[in-house]
Amino acid sequence: MGSASFVILEEDYSRFLSVLEKIGRETNAKLVFLLDKAGRQIASTGEMTEVDPTSLASLAAGNVAATEGVAQLVGEEEFATLFHEGRHDNVHISVVSNRVILLIVFDERSSLGLVRLRVDQSSAELMTLCKEIETRSESGAGVAALAATTAPFAEITDEDIDALFG
Amino acid sequence: MPFINYAAREINCKIVYYGPGLCGKTTNIQFIHRRTRANAKGKLISLATETDRTLFFDFMPLELGTIRGFRARFHLYTVPGQVFYEASRKMILKGADGLVFVADSQEVRMDANLDSVETMKGNLREQGFDPQNVPYVLQLNKRDLPTALGADELSDSLRFRNEPVFEAVATEGPGVFETLKEVIKQVLHDLKKR
Repeated sequence: MGSASFVILEEDYSRFLSVLEKIGRETNAKLVFLLDKAGRQIASTGEMTEVDPTSLASLAAGNVAATEGVAQLVGEEEFATLFHEGRHDNVHISVVSNRVILLIVFDERSSLGLVRLRVDQSSAELMTLCKEIETRSESGAGVAALAATTAPFAEITDEDIDALFG
Repeated sequence: MPFINYAAREINCKIVYYGPGLCGKTTNIQFIHRRTRANAKGKLISLATETDRTLFFDFMPLELGTIRGFRARFHLYTVPGQVFYEASRKMILKGADGLVFVADSQEVRMDANLDSVETMKGNLREQGFDPQNVPYVLQLNKRDLPTALGADELSDSLRFRNEPVFEAVATEGPGVFETLKEVIKQVLHDLKKR
């Protein structure tokens, strides 16, 4: 529909994941989670396997969207960082390249300063990766990649869809 | 467009229920949640006020099975219907793959329906969508109420393209899954055009 296509290939996914794993190691985070601004999970790593990633992605994106609304009301373009402090766990959320959202859950084994430092250091890598994907998505190679991505769905029939509903 | 994850072999689609306040958007999602088997659905999240009016959005992930070898996952959202939550509505439309407009069939809500359709079209354009080409379904809800207008009259007033129309009673279920199925069908067929 409306937004420009952003086709993440398997090698992109691996590169995203390795950046997230590095952040996780360097910050002792419980969870490092990457999603897009529409609330869709891209990649994650960490020990919090009990957290429902779909709900987390949806709520985090909603949180960022609402904060952007507040920013615009007070005359700011955006608030690039959000921090929620809990009794045991804390959540640090940052918008990267105006495209993806990096969410980190950490406890007393880490600190806000350390998380901010490592996020700042890693944001450049994530930004570069996003820019590469954006540039490729808009190029001829991107169009071909998109066509290859949607190829399995080119033959979808009404029967396939009926089968989803049993 | 739908988010296709090749590594996990899954396709994720965002479907948004839009409409005026108290038209039954949340009720649609609640019915779907109640009638879906436990292993196919995630938690229903409602960000609501103390009086149960939707404040920000309701959200429910739904996994219906596989299509062409990919797990089909649908993220159902509602927007807050009350007029003053305009900013929230715009945000929730971001990245939507399909829309359902839930109309309140009662005569006294006709103006609210018409206003809501117009603001929806405006919000879609602001997000870069063409309202004429978005996968879109019109649902006429509350058909069981004695004050409901005729379905033809409602359709004539609210349709702005050749969209399919479903009559529904979201509290009881008729029309709810039919509406969802139609919008999913359009979203998946829309992939073919790419």
